[in-house]
Amino acid sequence: MRLSPTARIVLRTTALLGIAVIYLPLLLVLVNSLNPDRAFGWPPGGITTRWWADAWHSGGARSALWVSVRAGLGATAVALVLGTLVAFAVQRHAFFGRQTLSFLVVLPIALPGVVTGIALNSAFRSVLPPLGLGFGLLTVIIAHATFCVVIVFNNVAARLRRVSGSLEEAAMDLGAGPLRTFRDVTWPLVRSAVLAGGLLAFALSFDEIVVTTFTAGAGVQTLPLWIFGNLARPQQAPVVNVVAAVLVLASVIPVYGAQRLSGDTAAGSRI
Amino acid sequence: MSSLSRDPHPADGRPGGGTPGGAPGSGRGSGPGRTSGGAPGSGRGGAGGGAGGGPARGRRAVRAVVRTLHRRPRLRLALLLTAPLTWLVVAYLGALAALFLAAFWTTDPFTSNVVRTWNTGNFRQVLTTSVYWHVALRTLGTALAVTAVDIVVAFPIAFWTARIAAPRYRHLLVVAVLTPLWASYLVKAYAWRTILSTGGPLDWALKPFGLHGPGYGLPAVVIVLAYLWLPYMILPIHAGLAGLPDDVLDASADLGARTWRTFRSVVLPLVAPSVAAGSVFTFSLSLGDYIAVQIVGGKTQLIGNAIYSDVTLDLPLAAALATLPVAVVVLYLLAIRRTGALNSL
Repeated sequence: MRLSPTARIVLRTTALLGIAVIYLPLLLVLVNSLNPDRAFGWPPGGITTRWWADAWHSGGARSALWVSVRAGLGATAVALVLGTLVAFAVQRHAFFGRQTLSFLVVLPIALPGVVTGIALNSAFRSVLPPLGLGFGLLTVIIAHATFCVVIVFNNVAARLRRVSGSLEEAAMDLGAGPLRTFRDVTWPLVRSAVLAGGLLAFALSFDEIVVTTFTAGAGVQTLPLWIFGNLARPQQAPVVNVVAAVLVLASVIPVYGAQRLSGDTAAGSRI
Repeated sequence: MSSLSRDPHPADGRPGGGTPGGAPGSGRGSGPGRTSGGAPGSGRGGAGGGAGGGPARGRRAVRAVVRTLHRRPRLRLALLLTAPLTWLVVAYLGALAALFLAAFWTTDPFTSNVVRTWNTGNFRQVLTTSVYWHVALRTLGTALAVTAVDIVVAFPIAFWTARIAAPRYRHLLVVAVLTPLWASYLVKAYAWRTILSTGGPLDWALKPFGLHGPGYGLPAVVIVLAYLWLPYMILPIHAGLAGLPDDVLDASADLGARTWRTFRSVVLPLVAPSVAAGSVFTFSLSLGDYIAVQIVGGKTQLIGNAIYSDVTLDLPLAAALATLPVAVVVLYLLAIRRTGALNSL
């Protein structure tokens, strides 16, 4: 498309401005974590690392981090298995209801979190007591797994779509059995997509708050729940801000990892 | 969302797999002969029979299972789908269905316990109480405004990353746009709380112009939600624009169309499905949000807040309220799926 130099400049400026706006709030969190003023007076009057030290020693933040990690690992493990299975079923088989299934799998992420949250909450409340169980970490893991499946599914399905079956056919034609074909051809091809999906599923579970609110037991506080609970406390604001800054920095890890692993725009698999 | 392009399902219609009798003997004969064929021969007679025969027999059993599965795609499919479908149906759809069933029950006003008598009182209450109407309309308006803002902001960014920026930087730019998507939702909403606070960075930046920020309220909610979901809009539009064939644009220019005409008559219609796909996320995510509303909304109430505040006291009413966004989202998804936009994701 032929664009006049003016249009080009206007588009470039708007785009750069847009990207700047995307990053400015995140940058602000980082800057404010060094802001000596408790109420984040702007512009900052100096630089301090005091809040970082405080956050490091904050017991609440530490135990919340540990809970989040365990919930994320549990949900990711379930999601890896289920998401990969569905991806293989949908991409390598033709069956009645295939399109409905791929529509259903994405529902947990498309429907409002509050709906998923209260649905799971009332389901747990009627199912768990007869089993002698209550709300706890397990309920969080189950809830998170339902939407983490989508991320793994998206990643693996995208990969399977790209490497159509011809390579597997070739392996079979050369005399490899089904097991060998899977081990030497299929699995190496999808392995990185599975891993990338797992990384991103963990990241999604790690910062989920809405569904967590409704499914966590009384003693189970994930990091987002901890942040949300402390937002209203001015006394805790600097420490919350440091934790937020750490989360911003840490969010680069799964995206970078997934990008390295699957090469494609894996970061888009949240969509 | 999966592309619906149908491969010729190689695993099912493979010639080798279709000849059960011939395959093991001829094609794969060398494999079994070396491993499972060799081990039992020495193992069964010799002293080390128990040690040598076990693994070999196990391996042979695995092979048998794999071969059976290979020959029976239906069985394989059933095995692939059983666990995920059980999970999806039991844990998710079952819970959803139970919730909507609960919308037809009532609550004991004194104990807040759910009474399981079938009635449509909750829906009547939702539909006839003007507060709920206002909340519902405000929510719908917010979701539409967020979507509109995102389309307007995302288009230039996507146009730049897809067609103007030097090709070798394009991929990097997309990653740069998408990375903030994985930064915590809460952190981003929280950052905006600081930005919009009285005397905060926005007020400070606007002060020289004699202006001030919007403060907490509905405009702040629209801004923050638009910010939160922006990457969901940029990525599909980027993909759509990147997929535009150059010759279509050249043809338009050769036929005398100027930039604006080409944009309006060629680019926009071709990218419309991508915009629709992006809007699924901006629209449906906005419909149910209540956390960002709590953080920057001041006294604003959207439907998510109404559901949230009703949950503990009156679950059936909350369930009836929840049917509204779910119905809107599902209808929206189905309408968009009809246009084929979901395939472009």
